[in-house]
Amino acid sequence: MDLTLKVWRQSGPDDAGRMVTYLAKDVSPDMSFLEMLDVVNEKLILEGDDPIAFDHDCREGICGMCGMVINGVAHGEQRATTTCQLHMRHFEDGAEITIEPWRAAPFPVIKDLVVDRSAFDRIIQAGGFVSVPAGSAPDAHAVPVRKEDADDAFDAATCIGCGACVAACPNGSASLFTAAKITHLSLLPQGQPERLIRAKAMVDQMDAEGFGGCTNTGECTAVCPKGIPLDTIAQMNTDYLKASR
Amino acid sequence: MAVTGAVMVGFLALHMLGNLKIFYGRESFNEYAHWLRTLLQPFLPYRGVLTLLEIGLFLAVVLHMWAAITLTRRARKARPVKYVAKKSQATGYATHIMRWGGVTIALYIVWHLLDLTFGVVNPAGFNSAPADRMIEGFQPGRWWVTAVYVIAIILVGLHLRHGIWSAFQTLGWVKGERRRIVKLGALAFSAVLVLGFLAPPLAIMFGVVK
Amino acid sequence: MIEYTEGEALRDAKAPEGPIEERWAKRKFSAKLVNPANKRKLNVIVVGTGLAGGSAAATLGELGYNVKSFCYQDSPRRAHSIAAQGGINAAKNYRGDGDSIYRLFYDTVKGGDFRARESNVYRLAEVSVNIIDQAVAQGVPFAREYGGLLDTRSFGGAQVSRTFYARGQTGQQLLLGAYQALERQVKAGTVEMFTRHEMLELIVSDGRARGIIVRDMVTGEIERHTADAVVLATGGYGNVFFLSTNAKGCNTTAIWRAHERGAYFANPCYTQIHPTCIPVSGEYQSKLTLMSESLRNDGRVWVPVAAGDQRAPGDIPDEERDYYLERIYPAFGNLVPRDIASRAAKNVCDEGRGVGPGGLGVYLDFRDAIGRLGRDAVEKKYGNLFEMYERITGEDPYTQPMRIYPAVHYTMGGLWVDYDLQSTVPGLFVIGEANFSDHGANRLGASALMQGLADGYFVLPTTLGDYLANGPYGEVDEEAVAEAEIKVRTKIDRLMAVNGTRTPDSFHRELGKIMWDFCGMERTEESLRKALELIPALREEFWRNVKVSGTPEELNQVLEKAGRVADFFDLAELMCLDALVRTESCGGHFRAESQDADGEALRDDEHFAHVSAWERTPDGPVLHKEALEYDYVKMSQRSYK
Ligand SMILES: Cc1cc2nc3c(=O)[nH]c(=O)nc-3n(C[C@H](O)[C@H](O)[C@H](O)COP(=O)(O)OP(=O)(O)OC[C@H]3O[C@@H](n4cnc5c(N)ncnc54)[C@H](O)[C@@H]3O)c2cc1C
Ligand code: SF4
Ligand code: FES
Repeated sequence: MDLTLKVWRQSGPDDAGRMVTYLAKDVSPDMSFLEMLDVVNEKLILEGDDPIAFDHDCREGICGMCGMVINGVAHGEQRATTTCQLHMRHFEDGAEITIEPWRAAPFPVIKDLVVDRSAFDRIIQAGGFVSVPAGSAPDAHAVPVRKEDADDAFDAATCIGCGACVAACPNGSASLFTAAKITHLSLLPQGQPERLIRAKAMVDQMDAEGFGGCTNTGECTAVCPKGIPLDTIAQMNTDYLKASR
Repeated sequence: MAVTGAVMVGFLALHMLGNLKIFYGRESFNEYAHWLRTLLQPFLPYRGVLTLLEIGLFLAVVLHMWAAITLTRRARKARPVKYVAKKSQATGYATHIMRWGGVTIALYIVWHLLDLTFGVVNPAGFNSAPADRMIEGFQPGRWWVTAVYVIAIILVGLHLRHGIWSAFQTLGWVKGERRRIVKLGALAFSAVLVLGFLAPPLAIMFGVVK
Repeated sequence: MIEYTEGEALRDAKAPEGPIEERWAKRKFSAKLVNPANKRKLNVIVVGTGLAGGSAAATLGELGYNVKSFCYQDSPRRAHSIAAQGGINAAKNYRGDGDSIYRLFYDTVKGGDFRARESNVYRLAEVSVNIIDQAVAQGVPFAREYGGLLDTRSFGGAQVSRTFYARGQTGQQLLLGAYQALERQVKAGTVEMFTRHEMLELIVSDGRARGIIVRDMVTGEIERHTADAVVLATGGYGNVFFLSTNAKGCNTTAIWRAHERGAYFANPCYTQIHPTCIPVSGEYQSKLTLMSESLRNDGRVWVPVAAGDQRAPGDIPDEERDYYLERIYPAFGNLVPRDIASRAAKNVCDEGRGVGPGGLGVYLDFRDAIGRLGRDAVEKKYGNLFEMYERITGEDPYTQPMRIYPAVHYTMGGLWVDYDLQSTVPGLFVIGEANFSDHGANRLGASALMQGLADGYFVLPTTLGDYLANGPYGEVDEEAVAEAEIKVRTKIDRLMAVNGTRTPDSFHRELGKIMWDFCGMERTEESLRKALELIPALREEFWRNVKVSGTPEELNQVLEKAGRVADFFDLAELMCLDALVRTESCGGHFRAESQDADGEALRDDEHFAHVSAWERTPDGPVLHKEALEYDYVKMSQRSYK
């Protein structure tokens, strides 16, 4: 199939950037979205142009490195799917596809579709951990954990840190990401001692990074490739309010 | 947002119940209005409680708007460059019109106060009885007033539908199964409120209440 | 063709003597300790933030060293360990099913086809139990049973249930645990994190590893970082095959640079090929996706009896299907070990009986399982895997058999290290998949995660401390630093200057194909000699005809790629040479010339019970042999008939 791509090109952080149109010919429906871009890039390189820069690594939906806004939707319209797992069979022959980077002030564009998500690391640094030096842990069976709690904690812990939630949120909020980590640790006995200081520190860091506030629009969970639920945000709010008292 | 919103939701519920008194006749409505003004007299002066309530309400409105403006400004700052294409994935029309819906409602409230509370723009005039103001205000000849009112109330309903469950969420009270219930509750509550508010003007307009 | 010479035998001078159960305790006690006040003044560089590097950097930071941590991704959380699905082994014996440290040790030595060191493997089994404790304390949400205790499952090559897991995302959860510990140290100021930084050279001063040269992948700046010791935890090199289950960015550059600076490279030819991956769908294919091995518990593997049968699978009646694993291996059937299943698939495809595009695939059929257990039960067990398959192929595995094919998955080879995980360059430590140490010629499922964390949390912090306590090692020689930097700049300039007509990716693809065809699942003297002719020719063309666009002073993914491909050429050549020299078959290395009457791998313990450690010299590779001795596990031939 043949496609028209409208891609955000920005040569560096200081460039204003613009949409540029490319034709992608003979695209196979079995290609992944990134493979389609690979093919476009191979051609660009040979023509002496700069290929479209985009982040990716595992290409199996787990590392969280990939991500672009495709036709106005973070990671594209297929639900619960990262960009790297999206396949071209979901597009029609002759379609026009717009491709843009995550847009948020705390995620400045580095080049084309590549953005700087280090704000997420700093949110984790603020408190997204359990303090336990290597070698000091008690036996793993010392504290039983209810299966339901372990499962719920796991569900929250599956966040891959891709940033789609921020990209999709009309407020540019990082609540879903932050809440996923807070919830993961707050559901486990191991996370209790630091529970409240963790919530407070992480939320404050999120605000300090310049992310917007949550107005519960649900856009985040709708595009989240791991389906992190809004419940996590309620959990975050509970812990945060408790910590602020 | 949640707390100030809750104050206003409480007010709206009482307001609606009060409005329904019109179905018991003008007297009953006027009595209710009078009762409100003389509540707790002589401990407090005429309109004492009402004034306190009004101040509280006014504060709630201001704080609510202040919070909304702060959130909006933060959102703007968090996304300085807009998307060329943006498509919503979340369901719920109500969610998308919170901001503009809120602004519209605010404008409406100003008109509403001028019209029915202070009677400045009401045909029954400034010094009329509350029931007269209400009934005169919604005569068929002034159908457009009724239309504005209806639209505003529907907007309020939509605003509440998202606002109410959202408040629960912000306070951390919705989780798992409870979410569905809270959302349904918010929907039901908003619907009741809308119907309750719409009943008197429509009844007046169609001549059921004279 | 490349010529090699044989050098002196190599010996692991650090392995303690005595009863195997006491060796690690002995080593720990004999290790010198660093005075706490001095730790802050000691600088350690850790390259890589996977399970090995992440846990090491976090632990060293916690201990008080001054750590610099590097990775090429935009966040340490994205290291390739994140992709591990199945689980992590540990000799906890929580099930009381007869597991023990000794049994895990035994299984690992045997699974490695008697090509790993006993002392190392025993230590690995010993600390495996601490890993689970550590991970649970960090909040890793392992699967649990209703009683609140940890669930386990059994994994290939073991008769006990010792694999701990977190649904299909064990690597992710373990890595997030290490990542969080690491970020905590970043906040505490003990670890300085450098993301989007690629190590391009090792600084060796006065014979010791004293730093690295890196390229800031955003600005293109070349930076120098010096330290008292360097740790490489840069993962495996399976991407030399272009197509593999590894992440796109996995590379050999870090360890290859170290190899060029004097670190020996051990057993480069040992490659693990995983039997259940989604087959290639076309020329544009960029990577291969692993489907969990657990599918073989209920799926039946088959191909049509007749070569070239083009009918849809549903139209082929049972008599015309060849359930070849069940036919050849009646005892183990579809559950034979990875290498055997992989080779059998290759054989039927070579006979022209493969299915799907290019005839490179076999069916993994759930028809009978669905008939027997019902669709619901199958969905409950494998639902997410079926979904993943459907997403990629667009085919519904409930109604149509899956197509699978083997793919490169893991590299057992890596830089040679002693018992202390120190390479032949003093001060250079190598951990995780990047070293060669614990898996011999074949790694058992769920053992790589165990090894990475054992190295990072428990072994390295002790042995590195010993090295540092024996210092200080003086000032770093400025000239050595400058020389390393010039080397990096020269290489980049050279790549930019070629300005040819082929992209780095097209060379990489071609190299990968050579490796897969001639140094893949089955290797022969002829195929390896052929590869050893083709690789240098292609490398020569690469340096004459590669095209790198853009400039080096910006984010330039083409340049990154070109640099990695350049190193893959040299590595590929060494792999083929190693495979050629090792004329026996063992584990993941199958030499067609060395098989028994049934076509099974035949080891040659008399000539090859050794580690092949390669030294790089201006006069070509030099082979050093480290003899392997088995005092506890008796060497025997594997049989799965
Ligand atoms: C799909 C898949 C599934 C698997 N499933 C399992 C399983 O179930 N159980 C199991 O035990 N094992 C499994 N494995 C194997 C296991 O995941 C890996 O062997 C292990 O995670 C490797 O960890 P590591 O820390 O050594 O390296 P990695 O996790 O690969 O980390 C490498 C690090 O080095 C950095 N790096 C590399 N090169 C450079 C450079 N030049 N400069 C700077 N930084 C660099 C990277 O940024 C990264 O941080 C699986 C592997 C794959 C591919
Ligand atoms: S919450 Fe979902 S969308 Fe947000 S970073 Fe995590 S996985 Fe991505
Ligand atoms: S590339 Fe790893 S999630 Fe897409």
